[in-house]
Amino acid sequence: MKNPISNLQKVFESRIRLGIMSALMVNDSVDFNALKELLGLTDGNLASHLKALEQQEIILVSKQFIGRKPSTTYKATDRGRELFRKHLAALEKLINNQ
Amino acid sequence: MKTNSINPKEDLQTIREIMERSSKFLSLSGLSGIFAGVCAFIGAVIAWFFILDSGNVQYDDYMRIPGGWSTSGIRFYLALDAMLVLGFAVLGAIYFSQRKARKSGQQFWTKLTQRLLINLMIPLVSGGIFTLILLFRNNLELLSSVMLIFYGLSLVNAGKFTFSEIHYLGLTEIVLGILAGVFINYGLLFWTIGFGLMHIVYGTVMYYRHER
Repeated sequence: MKNPISNLQKVFESRIRLGIMSALMVNDSVDFNALKELLGLTDGNLASHLKALEQQEIILVSKQFIGRKPSTTYKATDRGRELFRKHLAALEKLINNQ
Repeated sequence: MKTNSINPKEDLQTIREIMERSSKFLSLSGLSGIFAGVCAFIGAVIAWFFILDSGNVQYDDYMRIPGGWSTSGIRFYLALDAMLVLGFAVLGAIYFSQRKARKSGQQFWTKLTQRLLINLMIPLVSGGIFTLILLFRNNLELLSSVMLIFYGLSLVNAGKFTFSEIHYLGLTEIVLGILAGVFINYGLLFWTIGFGLMHIVYGTVMYYRHER
């Protein structure tokens, strides 16, 4: 039997990244401030986790201006959704095996 | 917040909680439902006892009261009554939901709130305009039915973005609206059940489930 742990994604080991991805799975896109409020994080902390997810092509970043204010929004990529689904399935399997 | 040892149960709990919090408007208070129900009851009492004279107002197919008076006064006061009920109910909904948001430290006006309102308003405003058309075309028979059905559709549509009770309240209103169309002489009764009683019932359920 295949070990379910092999499907756990290292990138989602952090609870914060898990939180970011959870929000992006159920919304088309979420902006920086909404994520910050949702997860209760500081700017720096959130930004570093977003950068990590972006580098792995799990999320897509887009910057635009609303009036004069810059606004950064985040989206889950297809690859990101797939990895997250795998991770979820692995977590569920772990619970069922306990 | 970082987990080095994997704890799948807690992880899944976090995921579920964040998914719900980021996609559902959770500030809607059951108290606003109860308040809306009370407003509707008062409105129905005024309509029955003062505008319709306890059911003694009779009219023919041309909306003429025997003796030849027109019913425009009655129609005007019914519309005014309904608008006042709607106005007070909406104010109540805003007040109690804002209070709940403040208490639980959540923001009230977010993108989610806007999405909920847009989805609520599209069927609701269409229904409101259609109700006014019926009213001015002397077609009072199906008024209750139309109001209940359109309101039910609005709630079903908005229910995706908030507690599931709203979805079921919407389905209930649609069923009542259809019944009001079948039992055409009991329009006000079904209206009172739908807008009065059901708001109070569902509001109470929501209050005890989510605010206690």
